[in-house]
Amino acid sequence: MNNKLLNAIKENAKEIYEKILNFKKPSIKFPVRSLNNVRYDKKKGYFEILDKKKIRTLTVNTVKTFAQTLKMISLSKELIVSNDIATKREAYYVSKNWGDARFNEQPESDTVMDDIEAMFEVNREQLGFIPEEKGGDVAGRLIVIDKDPSTGKTLRIDCTKFGSGAYSIPISVEELEFETKAKFILVIETAGMFQRLVKHSYWDKANCILISMGGVPTRACRRFIRRLSDAKNLPVYVFVDGDPYGFSNIYRTLKVGSGNAAHINKYFCVPQAKLLGILPDDIINYKLPTHPLKDVDIKRAKDALKNDPFIKAHKEWQIAMEQLIKMGVRAEQQALAKHGLNYVIDNYLPEKLRHPEKFLP
Amino acid sequence: MSDIATQLGKKQREISISEFFEKNRHLLGFDNPKRALITSVKEAVDNSLDACEEANILPEIYVEIKNINNDEYQIIVEDNGPGIIKSEIPKIFGKLLYGSKFHTLKMSRGQQGLGISAAVMYSQLTTGKPTIIKSKIKNKNEGYYYELRINTQKNQPEIVKFEEIQWEKEQGIRIEMNLIGKYQKGRQSVDEYIELTSIANPHLKIIYKLMDEEPRIFERLTNELPKQTKEIKPHPYGVEFGKFINMLKMSKANSLKKFLKSEFSRISDKVATEIIIKSGIKENKNYKNFSLEEIEKVYKAMQEVKILAPSAECIAPIGEEILIKGLKNVIEPEFITSITRPPAVYRGNPFQIEAAIAYGKEKENIENNGVELNDDNEDDKTLVKVLRVANRVPLIYQQSSCAITKTILSINWKSYGLQQNPGALPTAPAVFLVHIASVWVPYTSEAKEAIAHYPEIIKEIKLALQECGRRLAMFLKRKKREEEYNKKRMYIEKYIPVVVEALKEILEFPDKKVSELTNNLTKVLERSKINE
Repeated sequence: MNNKLLNAIKENAKEIYEKILNFKKPSIKFPVRSLNNVRYDKKKGYFEILDKKKIRTLTVNTVKTFAQTLKMISLSKELIVSNDIATKREAYYVSKNWGDARFNEQPESDTVMDDIEAMFEVNREQLGFIPEEKGGDVAGRLIVIDKDPSTGKTLRIDCTKFGSGAYSIPISVEELEFETKAKFILVIETAGMFQRLVKHSYWDKANCILISMGGVPTRACRRFIRRLSDAKNLPVYVFVDGDPYGFSNIYRTLKVGSGNAAHINKYFCVPQAKLLGILPDDIINYKLPTHPLKDVDIKRAKDALKNDPFIKAHKEWQIAMEQLIKMGVRAEQQALAKHGLNYVIDNYLPEKLRHPEKFLP
Repeated sequence: MSDIATQLGKKQREISISEFFEKNRHLLGFDNPKRALITSVKEAVDNSLDACEEANILPEIYVEIKNINNDEYQIIVEDNGPGIIKSEIPKIFGKLLYGSKFHTLKMSRGQQGLGISAAVMYSQLTTGKPTIIKSKIKNKNEGYYYELRINTQKNQPEIVKFEEIQWEKEQGIRIEMNLIGKYQKGRQSVDEYIELTSIANPHLKIIYKLMDEEPRIFERLTNELPKQTKEIKPHPYGVEFGKFINMLKMSKANSLKKFLKSEFSRISDKVATEIIIKSGIKENKNYKNFSLEEIEKVYKAMQEVKILAPSAECIAPIGEEILIKGLKNVIEPEFITSITRPPAVYRGNPFQIEAAIAYGKEKENIENNGVELNDDNEDDKTLVKVLRVANRVPLIYQQSSCAITKTILSINWKSYGLQQNPGALPTAPAVFLVHIASVWVPYTSEAKEAIAHYPEIIKEIKLALQECGRRLAMFLKRKKREEEYNKKRMYIEKYIPVVVEALKEILEFPDKKVSELTNNLTKVLERSKINE
């Protein structure tokens, strides 16, 4: 049981309780969760939260959210005490029992949950809340050491033995241990590209571990890659679509975390990650078929240049983003199929891996 | 109208007034069958009310409408008034422009002696049937029975039948006339007219029998008759120059001073002297020989000298309290207010404006009987309903051309807390009533449906409505504040227990603390409501 967190919860409630008894308006403080309240330090390698706070004072207008926040904290306390967990969806359904204070849609309860997480500066798993989505898929030269949930017996999961399938990263990865002789980890944006590499046992050819993120990586996925990389001292190479979303959302979140959960980025980031492709240069060098950048892509790229502390900290990234805007096009991972379906395995990846110094930070 | 008629007669050949109106019956409110039916009822009821009030009798009027066949209807109106003497009956009902009221300045419903005889004529024109009049005077054994027609060439009554009859009634008049008409429920119906008459005349008991339906009884709300009004002379401030010249020429007074004192109201010996001094004309000069300039000097001086407002003796307003009582009979307002303005003058005629605003839903029975008090915009039921009353007579038609409507439209009701689209009546579940009482109500036409746009009248209507509006605004503001308070109170009451429950779950404090915490939190939030 996490006594420290439990005490923090009780202290917080006590303060509210005493204010009310003294006819004072209680309030709750939360760190502001956005990109403009983070700092990026290259040496630390992740987004750190700054100290901008928002204060929610109990008034007529805030009484509903206030009630919901306290109920959510109460639910968390119950989960911690009983050593149980609730998914975000389940927590949303628990609220249906709160009368008028119930949530109407899950995004409302997710927001309150994120607030509480930030308030106590822990990750939601510590509060007993777990996400719904799965963490990502793994294939290759890796043995994951886990425990059987019912017997507690040690399990050795060989990630080479999933055939055309893959090992699925669990929601909580903190207790896992690893054995591997692989040389690097290749993290892939799309499930389609992952499938192709698995089907042709690329991990065998390149002696690596393949991990599919399926879009923006979940916390569990980020934490898994981080722990694996730290434990086995493996480089992490990332392979995403060549567009602003792939760069500033998917890759950046994996590497340094997000503005929204900045209080936990310390654990949920992979500062050692490097971007293998698809780089703007690749589009030219490999004569990739492209699509024009949409307005939202351009806006995203410009926003990143202007507001993203990570992009702002790396000259290479500014050059790459500006280059992409100038070219006005984007290229997907699958665009390599123009040169043949297995061109990516036979030519692109081997060629790229010969020059890791050309990867973007 | 008589002027037009005379001119026409001179230009062509002699035509009678009856003939003229026969061709221009729309001027009198007989332009279509639906309206003819209402107008006929209205003329008879107006006469009955005038007669009762003059005789100091609490009126009880019976109105019946029978459908004879297809579009032929019979109207019966019977009152408990003083009755009419034998010799007058044919002239009152069978001769146009015959009446006692045209030449007097006294507040009454009828003004010109035109209405009821016009109805008789309409009946005759459309059905060919004579009108039946029964009359009985108090303490007489026999009553009179007449069947009358109008000779439209000569504007003279024709007696079809006369007899003395036995009538068990103590006194009163009964009129029966057949006419081509159209009965329709809803707005601008006979029902609506009766309804409004009952509001405007709370001392009236009216029994209304419509065809096969059960009679509806509108009980009287007060046993107090309207104040008896007196005849008055014109007030100096309102007389136009032309009229002044005429009065001067016609006067039989033997000096200017006596002329002023005898022909006008509110001119005392002192005031008359003041006028004469101000005019600079020698007092002893024979005013009959005055030049036009001299007359003008007197006229101007008369306008400049300070003279008391005309006596309100000649006007009987409904009264603030009774107006409210009458309205409450029709609607169940959340809020109601009324105001009776002090008397004012237009063209030398004293008048008095009353207004009432009632806010709230109408009573069920009104809805069911389809009485729509609104004239315009049937689509939007939430528009304010305008009730227009002149000398206690409801005005049914021509709402949009009436000075009352014009005045309502000229006020920005948004500043009184009501919704209002540009150029439209405000939208609210409310009734606006305006009553104009005057010795001479200026109508836009002989049909007496719309008040003419005199600035003095509009100003008074505006002041009355604005005062009611201010009171309404205060009520609406209070209501809104209360609603907001209740809403907030309900809102915080929903969530406070949840806050307390959550705290209890986390801190596991004893049950006895729950109520203390709940009370304290409620107080904190209520206070925060005021501060924010």
